[in-house]
Order: sequence, then structure tokens, then C-alpha cells
Amino acid sequence: MHIQIDEIAKHFGPTAALHPVSLSIPSGALIALLGPSGSGKTTLLRILGGLEFPTSGRVLFDGQDATGLTVQERRAGFVFQSYALFRHMTVFENIAYGLRARPRRTRPTGPEIDRRVHKLLDLIQLPDIGARYPAQLSGGQRQRVALARALAIEPRMLLLDEPFGALDARVRKELRQGLREIHDATGLTTVFVTHDQDEAMELADLVVVMSMGQIEQIGKPAEIRAKPKTDFVRQFISA
Amino acid sequence: MSDTAFASRLPTALAATAEPAWVRRLLILTTLGLLGLLVLAPLAAVFAESLRNGIALAVASLGNRDALAAIRLTLIVAAVSVPMNAAAGIAAAWAITKFDWRGKALLITLIDLPFSVSPVVAGLCFVLLFGANSLIGGWLVAHGYPIVFALPGIVLATMFITFPFVARELIPVMTEQGRAEEEAALTLGASGWRMFLTVTLPNIRWALLYGVLLCNARAMGEFGAVAVVSGKIRGKTTTMPIMIEMLYNEYLSVAAFSMAALLAALALVTLTLKSALEWRYADQLAATHRH
Repeated sequence: MHIQIDEIAKHFGPTAALHPVSLSIPSGALIALLGPSGSGKTTLLRILGGLEFPTSGRVLFDGQDATGLTVQERRAGFVFQSYALFRHMTVFENIAYGLRARPRRTRPTGPEIDRRVHKLLDLIQLPDIGARYPAQLSGGQRQRVALARALAIEPRMLLLDEPFGALDARVRKELRQGLREIHDATGLTTVFVTHDQDEAMELADLVVVMSMGQIEQIGKPAEIRAKPKTDFVRQFISA
Repeated sequence: MSDTAFASRLPTALAATAEPAWVRRLLILTTLGLLGLLVLAPLAAVFAESLRNGIALAVASLGNRDALAAIRLTLIVAAVSVPMNAAAGIAAAWAITKFDWRGKALLITLIDLPFSVSPVVAGLCFVLLFGANSLIGGWLVAHGYPIVFALPGIVLATMFITFPFVARELIPVMTEQGRAEEEAALTLGASGWRMFLTVTLPNIRWALLYGVLLCNARAMGEFGAVAVVSGKIRGKTTTMPIMIEMLYNEYLSVAAFSMAALLAALALVTLTLKSALEWRYADQLAATHRH
């Protein structure tokens, strides 16, 4: 799905988290929003997912105005920073949650939910952990379960907030590859937020560098490395 | 020589926070001593006193019409005020922890007010507000709905006194848990109501249960505020604590202590219930709470 961000601004009281920003995300792309904390990247991601609403501007999904759509209507697969797995449910129930929450008309049958959850557990290469609780998983396993839970709703796009932030360096490298593979397998338009320029450069098709609620540069990783547009970008990527 | 001296110091040096054995023993003994003196001894005395002339007499004293009316009234008051305060407590905790708004700090202070205001003063406030001589109270009495010296007043006073318990238990838990799991439920397509039932409520259930039990214990035991608004009409507006005081003042000590023992037993039942539930769901608790 093609995502168009059209002059989006967001104010929290008197402070501007986002100055009007515009961005076109091609269908099927894997995009990184890169910037330091307070750059507005997470706010932009939450606006795409319908968790925040912009003060002004529009969001278009495949050319259709989606600005007023509720979070449920967006059908965005959202992976939260610390994964936000439901701690009182097993892994199986976590992944099945979105399917069970559907209205009766479109809700899959019990055996069908069972089949889909197991398929997702296979996809994240953790076929045997369905009965465990989130507290019994490692950080890397939790991240993959969060990804499976987001994919279960057959989302129109995948949004990830610092998906590797809480992991140690070795696991981080492994899971980068995992996200790339899942993106390529599903073909979903994917946006992830990161403050780690290596991560953005290695993983993304297109990197959006942000600072102070503004977009500093949009480009392929190689372009941004070769021709940083502003002083901020030059400093940030050499850090 | 110096080697053995060093070795003998090792066990206490294992953890920097470990106190010497005599400090630990002193702390444990002090706590146990105070608990025994302040909690266990009086409780035992109440039960012993009520049974001094035999269990038959104690039970008989609870069987008369006025005593039964007091027990019934106390249970009704708790049954009405506890669920209402549970709902109000959830609403207040939600409003305080889940979003930002002006006046939040004021609400937190207001929730604590019943803890700091003397129950007698609270009772008097309700009499002033809803008494037959007040504007609202006069109108309600004229239309056949008396508040003061009747059940509604007792429920109101009890709700006022017990309002903080549920909210106070929930606020720290809900603050610590944040909004992420609820937001996740919404992005997965859950409605607000479904999110509340399947994510919020299971996450707060232990705090909620504990708050409800405390609230219930206090609702059944409240004396001061209820004494003022009830008017102490024997057999009609006397709850168990008020009945106990009346009996005691009339030197009917077996009846007074039997009723007191029953009230204490009701409190012990709720505590036992809580422990039983904790024991029954121990593995679930361990799985969902990592700290």
C-alpha cells in the first residue's frame, strides 16, 4: 500500500512535535525514520498507525484520505518499542488476539485461528512456544512474537517503533535479517523508527533523516552517505 | 591466623545490604511483639470474651430480631457501596493514569480527602446536606425519600469513607503498566470495551481484588460517619458496629462481644479468601509479575 504524508503537523499544547512534513512511501518499500530522540519520528509513526491524530495535514493510503480513520480501521500492524505483549496471555493467545477481536461476520473459526497462529509461529521460527507466557521468553523471542501478533491481522502496512532497541548487539544483527526476510516474504509497506544509523542504512530501502520535528533528508542509504544534504545529517551519520 | 580471621568475616560480607544477625533478630522480634500486642491479643480477647458463657449463649444473643436486623443492614450496605466504589475507583484511576488533563492533581488530592477528614465530620456534612431541614433533604423527605436516618444516608456515608481504597490500590499499578498493552489491543482491532475487558481488567485484577477487600472490610466496620447519619434507630438503622456500641453501653457484654466477634470473623473471612485466591493462582501470578 502506498502511503502519502501530506503537510502533517502535530502540536502537544504549545510545543510543536512535528512541523509540517511531507513524505511519499512507495508501496512495498522498507523505510527507516532515523533521528535522535525528540526528532518527531515516533510521533510520525503513531500518526500513521492512528494512535495520535495530526493537528493539521492529511494522510493518504493508496490515494484515499485516511486522516480520520480510527486506529482499528487503519489495520496497521504495529510493533511497540518494548513489544507490549499481553503479559497475562500465552504466546498463542497473544497472536490470536487480533483474529478473535474481529466482528463475528469476519472472524475465522476456531480451527482456522489455530492454523493461522501456527503458521505465524513457523514464520518467526519459534514453532514450539505457543503455550509460554511472555515473561518466559528472551528479548529476541518477544520481539518476534510481537511481529507475529502484528502480522496476524493481515495488516495493510507494518509499523515498528525501535524494534531492535531493547536487544543486545548479537541478537540485533540476527533479527535485522529476520525483519528483512519477513518484509520480502509479505511485501508489506514497512516503516520502522530507529536512532541507530547503522540499522537504518543496512536495512532500509529508503532512509528519512529527521531532527527537531522536521525532515532533513530523504534518500537511499548510499545517497545519504555520499551526499549529506545538511550539516545535521553529516554530523549524525558520522557519529 | 589472619587467614582464619578473614574467613570468619566472609559470611556477613556476602551482601553489602545484609544486616548483622542481631539486628535482623531484633527487627523480627519487635514486629512480632507489636503485632501480638496490638492485633492478635485484642482479637483473641474478643473471641474469648464472647465465648466466656458458652457458645450457645453467644449464638442466642445474635439470634434476636434487632441483632439480625443489624447484621442484615451491614451486609446490604457493603453489598451496595463496595461495587459502586469499585466502579468509581476504576473510573478515577483510569482518569488519573491513562491521560493528561488539567485538574488531575486536584482529583488526586480529593480522592485522599476521606482519609484525612474525621468520619464524624463527614457524617455531619451529609446531615447538613440531606437532613430534613436542608433544601435537598426537605424536598426528598416531602416526596417520601428520606436520606438521613435511613439506608441511603448510611450507604452514602460508607461510600464517602471507603472511596479511596480501590482507587489508591489501582493508581500505582496502572501507572506502572502504562498504555502500551492497551494501544496494542486497539491496533489489533479491539474496541475500547473489549480492550478494557481483555487487557486492562486482567492486568489490574489483583490490585482491584485487594482494593475491594479492604474497601469491604472498612465498609462493614465503619462507625463514626454512620453513627451520625443513621440516627441509631434500633432494629432499623443500626449497623453492626453501632449495635456493638449500644449493647456495650447497656452492659450487655456477651451480646456486644458476640457481635464484635462476628464482625471480626467477617473481616478474617475476606482475608482468608484473598490468601486462598493468591495460593490458587500462584503460578499465574508468578508468570505475569516479574518483579
